[in-house]
Amino acid sequence: MSKLATNTKKRDVAIVGVGSTPIGEHWDKGLRELTWDASIAAVEDAKIRGKDLELIIVGNMSGGMFVGQEHVAALVADFLGLKPTPAVRVEAACASGGVALRQGYLAVASGLYDLVAVGGVEKMTDVQAGWATSILTGAMDFEWEAYFGTTFPGIYALMARRYMHQYGLTREKLAEVAVKNHYHGSSNPLAHFQNRIKVEDVLNSSLVADPLRLYDCSPISDGGACVILAPAEKAKQYTETPIIIEASTQASDTLSLFEREDICTLDATVEAAKQAYSRAKISPKDVDIIEVHDCFTIAEILALEDLGFCKKGEAAKFYEGEQTYVGGTLPVNTDGGLKASGHPVGATGIKQVIEIVKQLRGEAEGARQVKGAEIGLAQNVGGSGATVVVTILRRR
Amino acid sequence: MAMHAVPFHWRRYKERYQLLGTKCENCGTMFFPVRKICPKCRREGKPSTVKLSGRGKVHSFTVIRTPPDGFEVFAPYVIGVIELDEGPKLTSQIVDCSLDEVNIGMPVEVCFRKLRTLGKDGIICYGFKFRPADNSWKPESEKRAQGS
Repeated sequence: MSKLATNTKKRDVAIVGVGSTPIGEHWDKGLRELTWDASIAAVEDAKIRGKDLELIIVGNMSGGMFVGQEHVAALVADFLGLKPTPAVRVEAACASGGVALRQGYLAVASGLYDLVAVGGVEKMTDVQAGWATSILTGAMDFEWEAYFGTTFPGIYALMARRYMHQYGLTREKLAEVAVKNHYHGSSNPLAHFQNRIKVEDVLNSSLVADPLRLYDCSPISDGGACVILAPAEKAKQYTETPIIIEASTQASDTLSLFEREDICTLDATVEAAKQAYSRAKISPKDVDIIEVHDCFTIAEILALEDLGFCKKGEAAKFYEGEQTYVGGTLPVNTDGGLKASGHPVGATGIKQVIEIVKQLRGEAEGARQVKGAEIGLAQNVGGSGATVVVTILRRR
Repeated sequence: MAMHAVPFHWRRYKERYQLLGTKCENCGTMFFPVRKICPKCRREGKPSTVKLSGRGKVHSFTVIRTPPDGFEVFAPYVIGVIELDEGPKLTSQIVDCSLDEVNIGMPVEVCFRKLRTLGKDGIICYGFKFRPADNSWKPESEKRAQGS
């Protein structure tokens, strides 16, 4: 066990404000407008003024490739009118948001900063889909995977095929993941897709990378999301329902999928989860609600196992009946997950945590509020699992 | 993808053309691609470059139907994770067979092919692909079906 799990924290950290844009295709908005919309909502939610912020951290995977803009953190500080507040960009592919949140957590926990804004933003639809597919291949091992013609759906398809071979998961059962996430998305007014689908819709959608079809894949989305962090002992100044970050842990794995001993296990999820449960002094059975990184349907299946909710090869059992639905025994991805709520890569890790915060506050819109939820967990994955962040949140 | 200049492709040619990997002479573990340090033995390790046999079997596979830029002419094509006889795995296209011939466990061998042509400069990228190594091979499920 690493020192992190046992070291005493300097101080507890709370989320005191959240804000998010609708996720989808924002033809009328660029990086800066998306950032503005999300952060102004978070600042108003925390009832603070922008000038109160001492540090800005922004998760962004590839402003450079998607819109030609690097130096994204400075852009954010500038457009929010917040110079000379220091701003830092964090990049960890699709885990950029989760890693950014963890950096903000460390900054507040250390005692160096009190009020920190952590945002995530991605503007993905200014390029054509083929180009977006190419940009996303930068999250895998470029020289030894992408160079040979592998795509991201391809990488997860390799996991899915092996998993189905090894554990007998059926194509129909895998489709249930997308059906459930679209059902949840239908009550999320910010979701990219708010339509319900059936298993047949998944099975009849076009093949992207066998055995994965279009409805197994999360979409290419624009979006921004932002949370405001403060020391827990001061949190009541800003909100009546502070949500405490009980654990924020991170682990690394091989950049390429093929170098893993077991391509159906994300070792970085296993490790980050182990540390997170230890730090929060809980076990998986204490968790009321989870947000997992379902960039592809198979990823949700693997996540449930790697996070310790069941043994390897057994996650399909959660898709008998409605156990993973709101009202079930283990509600998973109540905002619609990446599949339905959308996947603006740099913002996704923050967006997941915002859903947990809303749930723990009792503020989730529509029919998706989980009654009495007290502890939530979010898992954010970069690439095929070379970076994983696990965050455990609790209402106190 | 980004328009890399010639050296980006050139500096890896030995590894991509000859299928070079690393063997740690301390613990015996083989790695692909080349590594500078054995993650198990760290400073005590003795990494040396070795040529891999290029023979192995399919560990998993998929058919890429929405290719990234530059691979359109090959689509749909098979991408597999190949487990080499020496132990390490790698990712490669599987060629010289129809899409539905590929199966988990199928024996394959390395071959040398063009990977793609890049941009208006027309840089041709070469490297390894894999092809079936035993035409009489059948997956377990088909053997069972024939036996019954």
